[in-house]
Amino acid sequence: MPQSREKLLVMGLGLKMKSLRHDPKALKLHEQAGNKGKYTFIQAHEQAGSKGKYTFIQAHRAWLPKFLMLWILLMALIGWCIYTKMDADTKVRRKEVLRSLCDQRARMLQDQFSVSVNHVHALAILVSTFHYYRTPSAIDQETFAEYTARTAFERPLLSGVAYAQRVVNSERESFEKQHGWVIKTMERKPSQVRDEYAPVIFAQETVSYLESLDMMSGEEDRENILRARATGKAVLTSPFKLLGSHHLGVVLTFPVYKSKLSPKPTMEERIKATAGYVGGSFDVESLVENLLGQLAGNQAILVNVYDITNFTDHLIMYGKQDEEGDMSLVHESKLDFGDPYRKHKMICRYHQKAPTNWIALTTAFLFFVILLLVGYILYGAGNHIVRVEDDFHKMEKLKVRAEAADIAKSEFLATVSHEIRTPMNGILGMLGLLLGTELSSTQLDYAQTAQACGKALIALINAVLDLAKIEAGKLELETVPFDIRSILDDVLSLFSEKSRHKGLELAVFVSDKVPDIVMGDPGRFRQIVTNLVGNSVKFTERGHIFVKVHLAENRMSSMIGKIETFLNGRSDEVMHMSGGGYNFKTLSGYEAADERNSWDNFKHLIADEEFFFDASVKKVAIESYEQVTLMVSVEDTGTGIPFSAQEKIFVPFVQADSSTSRHYGGTGIGLSISKCLVDLMGGEISFISRPQIGSTFSFTADFGTIKKNSITDMKKHNLEDLRSSFTGLKAIVVDGKPVRAAVTRYHLKRLGIQGKVANSINKAVSLCGKNGSLTPGLSQPDIIFVEKDSWICGEDGMFSVWQLDWKQHGQLFKIPQMILLATNISNTEFDKAKAAGFSDTVIMKPLRASMVAACLQQVLGTGKKRQLGKDMKPNGSTFARILLCGKKILVVDDNRVNRRVAAGALQNFGAHVTCAESGKTALEMLQLPHNFDACFMDIQMPEMDGFEATRRIRDMERKANEQLMKGEGGEGNGLKKEYHLPILAMTADVIHTTYEKCLKCGMDGYVSKPFEEENLYQAVEKFFNPKPTSDNSLQNGNRTEQAP
Amino acid sequence: MDVGQMQRQWIDYTKSLFLEGFLDGQFLQLQQLQDENNPDFVVEVVSLFFEDSERLLKDLTFALNQNGVDFKKVDAHVHQLKGSSSSIGAQRVKNACIAFRNFCEEQNTDACLRCLQQVKQEYCLVKNKLETLFGLEQQIVAAGGSIPTELSFSG
Repeated sequence: MPQSREKLLVMGLGLKMKSLRHDPKALKLHEQAGNKGKYTFIQAHEQAGSKGKYTFIQAHRAWLPKFLMLWILLMALIGWCIYTKMDADTKVRRKEVLRSLCDQRARMLQDQFSVSVNHVHALAILVSTFHYYRTPSAIDQETFAEYTARTAFERPLLSGVAYAQRVVNSERESFEKQHGWVIKTMERKPSQVRDEYAPVIFAQETVSYLESLDMMSGEEDRENILRARATGKAVLTSPFKLLGSHHLGVVLTFPVYKSKLSPKPTMEERIKATAGYVGGSFDVESLVENLLGQLAGNQAILVNVYDITNFTDHLIMYGKQDEEGDMSLVHESKLDFGDPYRKHKMICRYHQKAPTNWIALTTAFLFFVILLLVGYILYGAGNHIVRVEDDFHKMEKLKVRAEAADIAKSEFLATVSHEIRTPMNGILGMLGLLLGTELSSTQLDYAQTAQACGKALIALINAVLDLAKIEAGKLELETVPFDIRSILDDVLSLFSEKSRHKGLELAVFVSDKVPDIVMGDPGRFRQIVTNLVGNSVKFTERGHIFVKVHLAENRMSSMIGKIETFLNGRSDEVMHMSGGGYNFKTLSGYEAADERNSWDNFKHLIADEEFFFDASVKKVAIESYEQVTLMVSVEDTGTGIPFSAQEKIFVPFVQADSSTSRHYGGTGIGLSISKCLVDLMGGEISFISRPQIGSTFSFTADFGTIKKNSITDMKKHNLEDLRSSFTGLKAIVVDGKPVRAAVTRYHLKRLGIQGKVANSINKAVSLCGKNGSLTPGLSQPDIIFVEKDSWICGEDGMFSVWQLDWKQHGQLFKIPQMILLATNISNTEFDKAKAAGFSDTVIMKPLRASMVAACLQQVLGTGKKRQLGKDMKPNGSTFARILLCGKKILVVDDNRVNRRVAAGALQNFGAHVTCAESGKTALEMLQLPHNFDACFMDIQMPEMDGFEATRRIRDMERKANEQLMKGEGGEGNGLKKEYHLPILAMTADVIHTTYEKCLKCGMDGYVSKPFEEENLYQAVEKFFNPKPTSDNSLQNGNRTEQAP
Repeated sequence: MDVGQMQRQWIDYTKSLFLEGFLDGQFLQLQQLQDENNPDFVVEVVSLFFEDSERLLKDLTFALNQNGVDFKKVDAHVHQLKGSSSSIGAQRVKNACIAFRNFCEEQNTDACLRCLQQVKQEYCLVKNKLETLFGLEQQIVAAGGSIPTELSFSG
């Protein structure tokens, strides 16, 4: 019934939170309320951050396309350059080829020509020699023709040669008579009268038509003749169409002198001595044609030969003037045919235009394309970088926003939780009021239920607050020495009622190797264990819940032990005990998910400890380490966790499945908080779970150890006190279940009682010796603890006999007290037990050292009180009163009303209160020495705030302490009290003024304002030792109330 | 009117104050702090609150009506008022103060003035209510009865 209500409340809260979350207005309001400054800061930071982080590419993104264009242009330019250069090279080469070809042709032509000229010269000499110097002449037409025809191969260029005699007009008649023909002109007409004639008298057959023709009648020939006889050298005519053939040709003329000339003859001498002229006609066209035909490459080039004697009018000698060809590239070569008067040249051209330079073109194009691609790739890469960076910045912004939102969410949760607490206090207060009035039993029930729900809601809100704090990273663990065993006892006591009600075995076992006092955060440790045990209790209907703590290293050895067990054979697994359906060697006999806690392993653990029988030796060894890692496991035999849900078990607000939450209620926040806390403690949390069998949650946590000599503080006083009264006692534990017996023994050991285990009463009897004679090695037991299960097992008769036996020997020995251990017991069973000789007190499980001690005190008569911590539940007010009564307290607050209320509240607890209205006044009042026991300080005060004031007070104290040390250093009295005034912050704002900030400036803690008694008690508890009247069980009772 | 009736009336009145949200649990705690040693504790604290608040409200009115409002100062005043009101459990005044401080942070003069009006109004209301309550208490005491607080509320 209460569970379903709790769930209703939870749902209500969830709904509210959801609606708040989805209502933008609400969120906005919240932003305005708390985080405005922070948000603007974050935004500013964001901007600054992103601006600074732009890379070069990012910053010049607009330039990217321009760069690409520029690149393309550049590459095009370079490509063009390459092409031009390669093309130019080709052209140069072509030109050179042309030149060499042309020169070669010119030279050859010239050579051939001069060879012919020389030959004609030789002919001229021949004529002069044989025709003139010899009389009668040795040459006639026939001889000449014969000779020239036979030597024609010497003059390949000449179409023919002829000899014309010089005939002056006066000799014409005689000449004509002598030869028998008239001198004719070129037109083959009888020549007119002239001064001189040059009729051809000898001619080669090829030019026989020339005979009798007067060479001087032709204009050009005449000029030639005149020039030739004047110079005495070969002369050429300008090209003209040759007679006979229609080829262009030139005529070569050589003078033939009658007499030998003086070495340097004048022109007149020459003219006078001239006897005739040898002439030959060069068929230039066929000549060049032949010549070129002999040479390679004649196909490729066009050759023109010009006579350039007349500058203005070049006469073509060879080749067609208007022939097609590559006009762009021309080469000229000079020709010297031996006639200084005539000038010739050769012009060569290529037949065809220069072919397109494909290689250059392709190279340049490929180059361009490749680099274009490279450029494009770079451009693409740049674009990609820009895009990725854009995304990155976007993500970064989103991340910052998400984080801000997360923080905002956490703060929002914290604030909302805080705000919910305030009205909840009102509700609880009203309910408290209501419960104080006269109510009918139904009304009382309603009101109590409402109060229980309210308390559950507060607990839930605290859990949410915790989670929010953890998520906001605001939770820090404290490091104080604490007794891990008593904390576990406390946790157990929290759940004792419930487990008893359900009939569960609830037990704790702490390995002897775990140091008594460790350094850590007891509150958070307790929270984790409480969460785990609470879960187990919630989900377990039968069987047991077993909390076990040992050093993490021990787990290793027990693992080895486990492996050994398997090696020994699995048959060991099955118990050979008369346990009926309980076949497993676990605490209650039910199967557990994780077999590591079964007896097979457990005995290894214990045996291991037993080996070092002197536990203190071992402890010293352990305590020499600076840190210990504890492994805590909580085993239950509950419903287990479905495999499908095992993965998300630590996610906040997720329960194993929705039906679970419908059935059991709860928010599922506990495990995720536990996980966070375990993480903070540097450990790991894990679990093994089998549906319908149970779950075992285990976590490790690192704790600091504390030096042995410093343990002797008040923390241990409660158990130490108890110890003293039991040390040396001996006990027998009768229990069929070895694990359970070990747990019992562990608790006894803590009280200093030496225990022996017997797995049945028979065994116990035999251990004690049936008729009083003692078994060697074991002295008379003082107490016998009998587990209810073992007693019920129907050994009544046996037991009675034994009982009787004892009675008979009663005078010799002190009869051992027999105490029944039970999880729950009915009245009839209780009566029966009493009848069987058990003492009045039944120790109800779960076992706790303090409770066992109380029971033993009662049974053995060493204690006077009868407190089982059941019906005595003092409230926080009583404790606060006990702690604060008579203390002198300074309250510092600038607000009069607050001051008065705080003073009133503290006075109500019996404290003497003095007030100060500012930090300064407080500082004056706290000048050493003073007699205040504590100071409650408001934080937000004008002029000097609480932090500052505290800092100054601490400074003051430090100086005083130093002086004290100096002054009394010689005495070396370590117990001399140092000045340290407990200062507690008073604040309405628990979220923002975090604990660590208080600690940082030397405060000892904080209390929320307005005071809540429990909170106040919790805060002052650390500083003021409880008065001696507050005994142990009271303390436990109080802890119970505070536990989350 | 007999004492019993007056006491009942007192209780009803107190409850109505809680139900209407004028007061919260803190006022209950104040009442619990009142005992033989401090017989007039509640009245004393509440009148301190009245004095303080009136002074603060006056200061606030003055501060907000000046040119160039010093929001730091206003905020400090409101903080004081919030502290006092939460100490005596004057819930609605406290809530008004919380809103007020938010606007102070935003430096929104108009909204601050509106808030001031609201705070004033809430203050007057709670003052009247509390005075009526104390009047009732005095009547009860005068009639020889005792205030039910100690009797029925001490749980």
